[in-house]
Amino acid sequence: MSQTDLIIHEEKDNVAVVVIDKTSKNQECVGWIMENDKTVKIKCINEIPLGHKIALKDFKVGDTILKYGHDIGKVVASIKKGDHVHVHNVKTKKW
Amino acid sequence: MKIPKTFMGYKRENGRVGVRNYVVILPVDDISNACAEAVGKNINGTLAIPHSYGRLQFGEDLELFFRTIIGTGKNPNVAAVIVIGIEPKWTKRVVDSIAKTGKPVEGFSIEGHGDITTTMKASKKAQEFVQWASEKQRVECPLSDLWISVKCGESDTTSGLASNPAVGNLMDKLEPLGVNLCFGETSELTGAEKVCASRGKNDQISKKFMSTWSAYNDFILENATNDLSESQPTAGNIAGGLTTIEEKAFGNLQKIGKKIKFVDVLKPAEEPKKGGGLYFMDTSSAAGECLTLQAAAGYTVHLFPTGQGNIIGNAIEPVVKLTANPKTVATMSEHIDLDVSKILKREMNLDQAGNALIDVTIKTANGRLTCAEALGHREFIITKLYRSA
Repeated sequence: MSQTDLIIHEEKDNVAVVVIDKTSKNQECVGWIMENDKTVKIKCINEIPLGHKIALKDFKVGDTILKYGHDIGKVVASIKKGDHVHVHNVKTKKW
Repeated sequence: MKIPKTFMGYKRENGRVGVRNYVVILPVDDISNACAEAVGKNINGTLAIPHSYGRLQFGEDLELFFRTIIGTGKNPNVAAVIVIGIEPKWTKRVVDSIAKTGKPVEGFSIEGHGDITTTMKASKKAQEFVQWASEKQRVECPLSDLWISVKCGESDTTSGLASNPAVGNLMDKLEPLGVNLCFGETSELTGAEKVCASRGKNDQISKKFMSTWSAYNDFILENATNDLSESQPTAGNIAGGLTTIEEKAFGNLQKIGKKIKFVDVLKPAEEPKKGGGLYFMDTSSAAGECLTLQAAAGYTVHLFPTGQGNIIGNAIEPVVKLTANPKTVATMSEHIDLDVSKILKREMNLDQAGNALIDVTIKTANGRLTCAEALGHREFIITKLYRSA
Protein backbone atom coordinates (compact mmCIF):
# COMPACT_ATOMS: atom_id res chain seq x y z
CA MET A 1 0.00 0.00 0.00
CA SER A 2 1.13 3.52 -0.74
CA GLN A 3 2.27 5.88 1.99
CA THR A 4 -0.45 8.11 3.36
CA ASP A 5 -0.18 11.57 4.97
CA LEU A 6 -3.62 11.60 6.63
CA ILE A 7 -6.01 9.00 8.00
CA ILE A 8 -9.78 9.48 7.95
CA HIS A 9 -11.69 6.97 10.13
CA GLU A 10 -15.04 7.08 8.37
CA GLU A 11 -16.25 8.57 5.10
CA LYS A 12 -18.62 11.02 6.80
CA ASP A 13 -15.87 12.48 9.02
CA ASN A 14 -15.07 16.15 8.30
CA VAL A 15 -11.56 16.07 9.80
CA ALA A 16 -8.52 13.86 9.11
CA VAL A 17 -5.54 13.00 11.32
CA VAL A 18 -1.95 13.77 10.28
CA VAL A 19 0.18 10.60 10.33
CA ILE A 20 3.46 12.06 9.07
CA ASP A 21 5.91 14.01 11.26
CA LYS A 22 4.23 17.26 10.21
CA THR A 23 2.58 18.73 7.17
CA SER A 24 4.01 21.82 5.50
CA LYS A 25 2.20 24.86 4.15
CA ASN A 26 0.62 24.26 0.71
CA GLN A 27 1.44 20.53 0.81
CA GLU A 28 -0.85 18.34 -1.32
CA CYS A 29 -1.71 15.64 1.23
CA VAL A 30 -2.86 12.10 0.52
CA GLY A 31 -5.61 10.83 2.83
CA TRP A 32 -6.64 7.19 3.48
CA ILE A 33 -10.25 6.53 4.47
CA MET A 34 -9.88 3.42 6.65
CA GLU A 35 -13.57 2.51 6.52
CA ASN A 36 -13.69 1.89 2.77
CA ASP A 37 -10.00 1.98 1.75
CA LYS A 38 -10.50 5.02 -0.53
CA THR A 39 -7.81 7.64 -1.15
CA VAL A 40 -8.53 11.38 -1.13
CA LYS A 41 -6.34 14.46 -1.65
CA ILE A 42 -6.39 17.73 0.26
CA LYS A 43 -4.21 20.84 0.23
CA CYS A 44 -2.86 21.73 3.65
CA ILE A 45 -2.69 25.48 4.42
CA ASN A 46 -0.65 25.30 7.63
CA GLU A 47 1.99 23.26 9.46
CA ILE A 48 0.17 20.52 11.37
CA PRO A 49 2.05 18.06 13.61
CA LEU A 50 1.65 14.27 13.83
CA GLY A 51 -1.57 13.18 15.51
CA HIS A 52 -3.29 16.54 15.05
CA LYS A 53 -6.33 17.16 12.89
CA ILE A 54 -6.82 18.93 9.56
CA ALA A 55 -10.14 20.39 8.34
CA LEU A 56 -11.60 18.65 5.28
CA LYS A 57 -14.01 21.56 4.67
CA ASP A 58 -14.63 25.18 5.70
CA PHE A 59 -16.28 25.53 9.12
CA LYS A 60 -18.13 28.44 10.70
CA VAL A 61 -18.76 29.03 14.41
CA GLY A 62 -21.32 26.55 15.77
CA ASP A 63 -20.59 23.79 13.22
CA THR A 64 -20.08 20.21 14.43
CA ILE A 65 -16.84 18.26 14.03
CA LEU A 66 -17.33 14.61 13.04
CA LYS A 67 -14.70 11.93 13.72
CA TYR A 68 -15.17 8.14 14.05
CA GLY A 69 -18.51 9.04 12.42
CA HIS A 70 -19.53 10.79 15.66
CA ASP A 71 -19.95 14.34 17.05
CA ILE A 72 -16.72 15.24 18.89
CA GLY A 73 -17.33 18.96 19.54
CA LYS A 74 -18.35 22.40 18.26
CA VAL A 75 -16.47 25.00 16.25
CA VAL A 76 -15.75 28.17 18.31
CA ALA A 77 -13.65 30.07 15.72
CA SER A 78 -14.08 29.68 11.97
CA ILE A 79 -11.74 27.19 10.27
CA LYS A 80 -10.59 27.08 6.64
CA LYS A 81 -10.37 23.84 4.70
CA GLY A 82 -6.82 22.50 5.11
CA ASP A 83 -6.15 24.30 8.40
CA HIS A 84 -5.30 22.97 11.85
CA VAL A 85 -8.29 21.89 13.99
CA HIS A 86 -7.58 21.90 17.74
CA VAL A 87 -8.34 23.54 21.11
CA HIS A 88 -8.00 27.08 19.64
CA ASN A 89 -11.04 26.59 17.38
CA VAL A 90 -12.98 23.59 18.72
CA LYS A 91 -14.51 22.95 22.14
CA THR A 92 -16.45 20.15 23.81
CA LYS A 93 -20.26 20.32 23.87
CA LYS A 94 -20.21 18.75 27.35
CA TRP A 95 -19.41 21.79 29.48
CA MET B 1 -3.30 -16.53 11.53
CA LYS B 2 -4.49 -19.52 13.49
CA ILE B 3 -5.19 -18.45 17.07
CA PRO B 4 -3.56 -20.87 19.55
CA LYS B 5 -6.13 -22.84 21.52
CA THR B 6 -4.11 -23.04 24.73
CA PHE B 7 -1.55 -21.27 26.90
CA MET B 8 0.71 -22.40 29.75
CA GLY B 9 -0.53 -21.28 33.16
CA TYR B 10 -0.60 -22.13 36.86
CA LYS B 11 -3.76 -24.02 37.75
CA ARG B 12 -4.98 -22.91 41.20
CA GLU B 13 -6.94 -24.77 43.86
CA ASN B 14 -10.24 -23.10 42.87
CA GLY B 15 -9.88 -23.87 39.15
CA ARG B 16 -8.75 -20.39 38.08
CA VAL B 17 -5.50 -20.08 36.11
CA GLY B 18 -2.66 -17.67 36.87
CA VAL B 19 0.07 -16.49 34.51
CA ARG B 20 2.45 -15.54 37.35
CA ASN B 21 3.33 -17.34 40.56
CA TYR B 22 3.76 -14.68 43.23
CA VAL B 23 3.99 -15.14 46.98
CA VAL B 24 2.57 -11.81 48.11
CA ILE B 25 3.22 -10.07 51.43
CA LEU B 26 0.01 -8.07 51.79
CA PRO B 27 -0.29 -5.29 54.37
CA VAL B 28 -3.82 -4.63 55.63
CA ASP B 29 -3.04 -0.99 56.40
CA ASP B 30 -0.51 1.78 55.87
CA ILE B 31 1.31 1.30 59.19
CA SER B 32 1.98 -2.38 58.41
CA ASN B 33 3.94 -1.54 55.26
CA ALA B 34 7.29 -1.45 57.07
CA CYS B 35 6.84 -4.95 58.45
CA ALA B 36 5.54 -6.32 55.12
CA GLU B 37 8.49 -4.81 53.29
CA ALA B 38 10.91 -6.23 55.85
CA VAL B 39 9.52 -9.71 55.20
CA GLY B 40 9.77 -9.07 51.46
CA LYS B 41 13.47 -8.20 51.90
CA ASN B 42 14.13 -11.21 54.12
CA ILE B 43 12.73 -13.86 51.80
CA ASN B 44 13.80 -14.03 48.16
CA GLY B 45 10.99 -14.60 45.69
CA THR B 46 8.31 -12.85 47.70
CA LEU B 47 6.61 -9.62 46.73
CA ALA B 48 5.52 -7.01 49.30
CA ILE B 49 2.87 -4.63 47.99
CA PRO B 50 2.69 -1.58 50.26
CA HIS B 51 -0.19 0.91 49.95
CA SER B 52 -1.51 4.01 51.68
CA TYR B 53 -4.85 3.08 53.27
CA GLY B 54 -6.79 0.70 55.50
CA ARG B 55 -7.35 2.79 58.63
CA LEU B 56 -10.62 4.42 59.76
CA GLN B 57 -12.33 3.87 56.43
CA PHE B 58 -16.06 3.27 56.64
CA GLY B 59 -19.19 2.50 54.61
CA GLU B 60 -18.90 1.89 50.88
CA ASP B 61 -15.29 3.11 50.87
CA LEU B 62 -14.35 0.44 53.41
CA GLU B 63 -16.17 -2.25 51.41
CA LEU B 64 -14.27 -1.23 48.28
CA PHE B 65 -11.02 -1.27 50.26
CA PHE B 66 -11.64 -4.85 51.43
CA ARG B 67 -12.76 -5.94 47.96
CA THR B 68 -9.49 -4.55 46.55
CA ILE B 69 -7.18 -6.07 49.17
CA ILE B 70 -8.94 -9.43 49.30
CA GLY B 71 -9.33 -9.60 45.52
CA THR B 72 -5.60 -8.96 45.11
CA GLY B 73 -4.85 -11.91 47.39
CA LYS B 74 -7.38 -14.10 45.56
CA ASN B 75 -6.02 -13.31 42.08
CA PRO B 76 -4.70 -16.54 40.48
CA ASN B 77 -1.40 -14.81 39.63
CA VAL B 78 -0.79 -15.11 43.39
CA ALA B 79 0.19 -18.59 44.65
CA ALA B 80 0.15 -17.85 48.38
CA VAL B 81 -0.28 -14.85 50.68
CA ILE B 82 1.13 -13.53 53.96
CA VAL B 83 -1.27 -10.94 55.41
CA ILE B 84 0.10 -8.43 57.94
CA GLY B 85 -2.12 -5.91 59.75
CA ILE B 86 -1.95 -3.88 62.92
CA GLU B 87 -5.12 -5.39 64.45
CA PRO B 88 -6.20 -9.03 64.46
CA LYS B 89 -9.84 -8.48 63.41
CA TRP B 90 -9.39 -6.93 59.96
CA THR B 91 -6.32 -9.12 59.39
CA LYS B 92 -8.49 -12.19 59.98
CA ARG B 93 -11.22 -10.89 57.70
CA VAL B 94 -8.71 -10.60 54.84
CA VAL B 95 -7.14 -14.01 55.58
CA ASP B 96 -10.48 -15.83 55.81
CA SER B 97 -11.74 -14.35 52.55
CA ILE B 98 -8.57 -15.22 50.62
CA ALA B 99 -8.57 -18.72 52.16
CA LYS B 100 -11.86 -19.48 50.35
CA THR B 101 -9.82 -19.90 47.14
CA GLY B 102 -8.01 -22.82 48.79
CA LYS B 103 -4.57 -21.20 48.41
CA PRO B 104 -2.14 -21.05 51.35
CA VAL B 105 -2.63 -17.86 53.37
CA GLU B 106 -1.53 -16.88 56.87
CA GLY B 107 -2.16 -13.70 58.84
CA PHE B 108 -0.06 -11.84 61.42
CA SER B 109 -1.11 -8.86 63.52
CA ILE B 110 1.47 -6.50 64.95
CA GLU B 111 -0.32 -5.11 68.02
CA GLY B 112 1.05 -6.67 71.22
CA HIS B 113 4.06 -8.14 69.36
CA GLY B 114 5.86 -5.32 67.56
CA ASP B 115 7.44 -5.19 64.11
CA ILE B 116 10.51 -7.31 64.86
CA THR B 117 8.75 -10.36 66.31
CA THR B 118 6.05 -10.16 63.64
CA THR B 119 8.64 -9.87 60.88
CA MET B 120 10.45 -12.95 62.20
CA LYS B 121 7.32 -15.10 62.43
CA ALA B 122 5.94 -13.93 59.08
CA SER B 123 9.32 -14.45 57.40
CA LYS B 124 9.45 -18.09 58.49
CA LYS B 125 6.00 -18.69 57.02
CA ALA B 126 6.88 -16.73 53.87
CA GLN B 127 9.94 -18.93 53.33
CA GLU B 128 7.78 -22.02 53.62
CA PHE B 129 5.26 -20.59 51.10
CA VAL B 130 7.87 -19.48 48.59
CA GLN B 131 9.58 -22.88 48.54
CA TRP B 132 6.21 -24.57 48.15
CA ALA B 133 5.18 -22.21 45.33
CA SER B 134 8.49 -22.66 43.51
CA GLU B 135 7.60 -26.31 42.91
CA LYS B 136 4.51 -25.33 40.90
CA GLN B 137 4.71 -26.08 37.18
CA ARG B 138 2.85 -24.46 34.32
CA VAL B 139 0.29 -26.70 32.61
CA GLU B 140 -1.54 -26.41 29.30
CA CYS B 141 -4.84 -24.55 29.75
CA PRO B 142 -7.60 -23.62 27.29
CA LEU B 143 -7.67 -20.00 26.12
CA SER B 144 -11.02 -19.58 27.90
CA ASP B 145 -9.06 -19.67 31.19
CA LEU B 146 -7.43 -16.37 30.22
CA TRP B 147 -8.79 -13.16 31.81
CA ILE B 148 -7.69 -10.00 30.00
CA SER B 149 -8.29 -6.43 31.16
CA VAL B 150 -7.69 -3.34 29.03
CA LYS B 151 -7.17 0.35 29.69
CA CYS B 152 -5.38 3.03 27.67
CA GLY B 153 -3.32 6.00 28.84
CA GLU B 154 -1.46 9.12 27.71
CA SER B 155 -3.63 8.74 24.66
CA ASP B 156 -3.24 10.78 21.51
CA THR B 157 -4.84 10.50 18.13
CA THR B 158 -2.59 7.55 17.26
CA SER B 159 -4.34 5.64 20.08
CA GLY B 160 -7.73 6.09 18.45
CA LEU B 161 -6.29 5.47 14.98
CA ALA B 162 -4.37 2.30 15.59
CA SER B 163 -3.41 0.99 19.04
CA ASN B 164 -6.93 1.03 20.54
CA PRO B 165 -8.50 -0.53 17.41
CA ALA B 166 -5.75 -3.21 17.54
CA VAL B 167 -6.98 -4.12 21.05
CA GLY B 168 -10.54 -4.05 19.68
CA ASN B 169 -9.51 -6.42 16.92
CA LEU B 170 -8.07 -8.83 19.53
CA MET B 171 -11.33 -8.63 21.51
CA ASP B 172 -13.44 -9.36 18.43
CA LYS B 173 -11.28 -12.48 17.85
CA LEU B 174 -10.94 -13.75 21.45
CA GLU B 175 -14.47 -13.11 22.77
CA PRO B 176 -16.01 -15.94 20.69
CA LEU B 177 -13.40 -18.30 22.25
CA GLY B 178 -14.75 -17.64 25.74
CA VAL B 179 -11.96 -15.39 26.98
CA ASN B 180 -12.99 -13.14 29.89
CA LEU B 181 -12.45 -9.47 28.94
CA CYS B 182 -12.84 -6.22 30.88
CA PHE B 183 -12.81 -2.51 30.08
CA GLY B 184 -13.43 0.41 32.45
CA GLU B 185 -12.64 4.15 32.62
CA THR B 186 -16.18 5.36 33.33
CA SER B 187 -15.35 9.07 33.10
CA GLU B 188 -13.39 8.75 29.85
CA LEU B 189 -16.44 7.36 28.10
CA THR B 190 -18.09 10.74 28.62
CA GLY B 191 -19.06 12.04 25.21
CA ALA B 192 -19.50 8.50 23.89
CA GLU B 193 -21.68 7.21 26.74
CA LYS B 194 -24.82 6.65 24.67
CA VAL B 195 -22.95 4.72 21.99
CA CYS B 196 -21.24 2.69 24.73
CA ALA B 197 -24.58 1.96 26.42
CA SER B 198 -25.86 0.59 23.11
CA ARG B 199 -23.14 -2.09 23.34
CA GLY B 200 -24.79 -3.60 26.43
CA LYS B 201 -26.06 -7.14 25.87
CA ASN B 202 -29.68 -6.16 26.56
CA ASP B 203 -31.74 -3.18 27.74
CA GLN B 204 -31.22 -3.99 31.39
CA ILE B 205 -27.41 -3.99 31.02
CA SER B 206 -27.50 -0.81 28.90
CA LYS B 207 -29.55 0.91 31.63
CA LYS B 208 -27.19 -0.38 34.31
CA PHE B 209 -24.32 1.18 32.35
CA MET B 210 -26.10 4.53 31.95
CA SER B 211 -26.93 4.78 35.66
CA THR B 212 -23.32 3.89 36.57
CA TRP B 213 -21.99 6.47 34.12
CA SER B 214 -24.47 9.15 35.29
CA ALA B 215 -23.54 8.66 38.94
CA TYR B 216 -19.85 9.10 38.11
CA ASN B 217 -20.51 12.10 35.89
CA ASP B 218 -22.65 13.78 38.58
CA PHE B 219 -19.86 13.24 41.10
CA ILE B 220 -17.32 14.87 38.76
CA LEU B 221 -19.57 17.85 38.05
CA GLU B 222 -20.31 18.35 41.77
CA ASN B 223 -16.60 18.48 42.62
CA ALA B 224 -15.39 20.40 39.58
CA THR B 225 -13.93 23.83 40.30
CA ASN B 226 -13.50 24.69 36.62
CA ASP B 227 -14.88 23.38 33.33
CA LEU B 228 -12.60 20.32 33.50
CA SER B 229 -10.88 21.27 30.26
CA GLU B 230 -7.60 21.34 32.24
CA SER B 231 -7.90 17.71 33.33
CA GLN B 232 -9.95 16.12 30.54
CA PRO B 233 -8.30 15.80 28.09
CA THR B 234 -4.95 16.01 29.91
CA ALA B 235 -2.11 18.29 28.80
CA GLY B 236 -0.42 15.17 27.36
CA ASN B 237 -3.55 14.31 25.37
CA ILE B 238 -3.77 17.85 23.97
CA ALA B 239 -0.08 17.89 23.03
CA GLY B 240 -0.77 14.67 21.12
CA GLY B 241 -3.59 16.30 19.16
CA LEU B 242 -6.73 15.31 21.09
CA THR B 243 -9.06 18.29 21.33
CA THR B 244 -12.17 17.30 23.29
CA ILE B 245 -13.32 14.67 25.76
CA GLU B 246 -15.75 13.36 23.12
CA GLU B 247 -12.86 12.73 20.71
CA LYS B 248 -10.92 11.00 23.48
CA ALA B 249 -13.99 8.92 24.38
CA PHE B 250 -14.64 7.62 20.87
CA GLY B 251 -10.94 6.82 20.51
CA ASN B 252 -11.09 5.03 23.85
CA LEU B 253 -14.16 3.03 22.83
CA GLN B 254 -12.25 1.57 19.85
CA LYS B 255 -10.73 -0.86 22.41
CA ILE B 256 -13.91 -2.95 22.64
CA GLY B 257 -13.94 -3.81 18.98
CA LYS B 258 -16.74 -3.52 16.50
CA LYS B 259 -19.12 -6.35 17.26
CA ILE B 260 -19.08 -7.67 20.79
CA LYS B 261 -21.52 -6.70 23.55
CA PHE B 262 -20.77 -6.44 27.25
CA VAL B 263 -22.58 -8.98 29.43
CA ASP B 264 -22.52 -7.10 32.74
CA VAL B 265 -21.56 -3.90 34.55
CA LEU B 266 -19.23 -4.53 37.50
CA LYS B 267 -18.69 -2.43 40.60
CA PRO B 268 -15.04 -1.42 41.16
CA ALA B 269 -12.99 -4.58 41.92
CA GLU B 270 -16.09 -6.80 41.63
CA GLU B 271 -15.44 -10.32 40.36
CA PRO B 272 -17.33 -11.14 37.13
CA LYS B 273 -19.72 -14.06 37.58
CA LYS B 274 -21.40 -14.57 34.20
CA GLY B 275 -18.68 -16.65 32.51
CA GLY B 276 -16.56 -15.59 29.53
CA GLY B 277 -17.21 -12.47 27.48
CA LEU B 278 -16.79 -8.72 27.83
CA TYR B 279 -17.48 -6.85 31.09
CA PHE B 280 -17.59 -3.14 31.84
CA MET B 281 -16.18 -2.11 35.24
CA ASP B 282 -16.92 1.21 36.92
CA THR B 283 -13.41 2.63 37.43
CA SER B 284 -11.47 5.84 37.58
CA SER B 285 -9.54 6.65 34.44
CA ALA B 286 -6.29 6.99 36.37
CA ALA B 287 -4.17 4.06 35.16
CA GLY B 288 -2.81 2.94 38.54
CA GLU B 289 -6.27 2.86 40.13
CA CYS B 290 -8.02 1.23 37.19
CA LEU B 291 -5.48 -1.59 36.81
CA THR B 292 -5.46 -2.28 40.55
CA LEU B 293 -9.26 -2.64 40.50
CA GLN B 294 -9.20 -4.91 37.45
CA ALA B 295 -6.47 -7.11 38.97
CA ALA B 296 -8.48 -7.30 42.21
CA ALA B 297 -11.46 -8.56 40.18
CA GLY B 298 -9.28 -11.46 39.02
CA TYR B 299 -7.87 -10.33 35.67
CA THR B 300 -4.47 -11.86 34.92
CA VAL B 301 -3.08 -10.09 31.82
CA HIS B 302 -3.51 -6.42 30.99
CA LEU B 303 -3.31 -4.75 27.56
CA PHE B 304 -2.40 -1.07 27.64
CA PRO B 305 -2.40 0.99 24.45
CA THR B 306 -0.60 4.32 24.80
CA GLY B 307 0.05 7.30 22.56
CA GLN B 308 2.50 9.69 24.18
CA GLY B 309 3.95 6.93 26.41
CA ASN B 310 2.35 6.00 29.73
CA ILE B 311 4.79 3.75 31.63
CA ILE B 312 2.35 2.02 34.03
CA GLY B 313 2.81 -1.47 35.48
CA ASN B 314 0.94 -3.39 38.15
CA ALA B 315 1.97 -5.31 41.25
CA ILE B 316 0.47 -8.66 40.23
CA GLU B 317 -0.89 -8.30 36.69
CA PRO B 318 1.60 -8.14 33.78
CA VAL B 319 0.94 -5.08 31.61
CA VAL B 320 1.52 -5.37 27.84
CA LYS B 321 2.03 -1.97 26.24
CA LEU B 322 1.47 -1.13 22.61
CA THR B 323 1.72 2.10 20.71
CA ALA B 324 1.24 3.38 17.19
CA ASN B 325 3.14 6.60 17.80
CA PRO B 326 6.51 6.26 16.01
CA LYS B 327 8.04 8.99 18.20
CA THR B 328 7.11 7.07 21.35
CA VAL B 329 8.56 3.90 19.82
CA ALA B 330 11.80 5.77 19.09
CA THR B 331 12.16 7.66 22.37
CA MET B 332 10.66 5.19 24.89
CA SER B 333 11.38 1.80 23.33
CA GLU B 334 12.10 0.13 26.70
CA HIS B 335 8.41 0.58 27.62
CA ILE B 336 6.83 -0.73 24.41
CA ASP B 337 6.01 -4.44 24.04
CA LEU B 338 4.36 -4.06 20.62
CA ASP B 339 4.89 -1.43 17.93
CA VAL B 340 1.87 -0.99 15.64
CA SER B 341 3.03 2.29 14.09
CA LYS B 342 3.15 0.67 10.65
CA ILE B 343 -0.63 1.12 10.51
CA LEU B 344 -0.02 4.85 10.17
CA LYS B 345 2.05 4.22 7.04
CA ARG B 346 -0.60 1.92 5.62
CA GLU B 347 1.98 -0.91 5.84
CA MET B 348 -0.04 -2.88 8.42
CA ASN B 349 -3.78 -3.28 8.77
CA LEU B 350 -5.84 -3.79 11.91
CA ASP B 351 -6.22 -7.52 11.29
CA GLN B 352 -2.43 -7.94 11.30
CA ALA B 353 -2.04 -5.69 14.34
CA GLY B 354 -4.69 -7.70 16.24
CA ASN B 355 -2.87 -10.94 15.42
CA ALA B 356 0.47 -9.52 16.57
CA LEU B 357 -1.17 -8.47 19.82
CA ILE B 358 -2.68 -11.93 20.36
CA ASP B 359 0.81 -13.36 19.85
CA VAL B 360 2.47 -11.09 22.45
CA THR B 361 -0.46 -11.59 24.87
CA ILE B 362 -0.07 -15.37 24.78
CA LYS B 363 3.72 -15.12 25.10
CA THR B 364 3.16 -12.95 28.17
CA ALA B 365 0.63 -15.41 29.60
CA ASN B 366 3.18 -18.18 29.02
CA GLY B 367 5.70 -16.34 31.18
CA ARG B 368 7.54 -13.79 29.04
CA LEU B 369 8.24 -10.70 31.14
CA THR B 370 6.67 -7.48 29.89
CA CYS B 371 8.65 -4.24 29.63
CA ALA B 372 6.92 -2.93 32.77
CA GLU B 373 7.88 -6.09 34.71
CA ALA B 374 11.48 -5.94 33.52
CA LEU B 375 11.67 -2.28 34.53
CA GLY B 376 10.25 -2.99 37.98
CA HIS B 377 6.92 -1.18 37.63
CA ARG B 378 4.80 -2.53 40.50
CA GLU B 379 2.04 0.08 40.86
CA PHE B 380 -0.61 -0.86 43.41
CA ILE B 381 -3.01 2.06 43.85
CA ILE B 382 -6.12 1.75 45.96
CA THR B 383 -9.19 3.72 44.87
CA LYS B 384 -10.53 5.75 47.80
CA LEU B 385 -14.07 7.06 47.55
CA TYR B 386 -14.00 9.71 50.31
CA ARG B 387 -12.22 10.86 53.50
CA SER B 388 -11.74 8.46 56.39
CA ALA B 389 -13.48 8.96 59.72
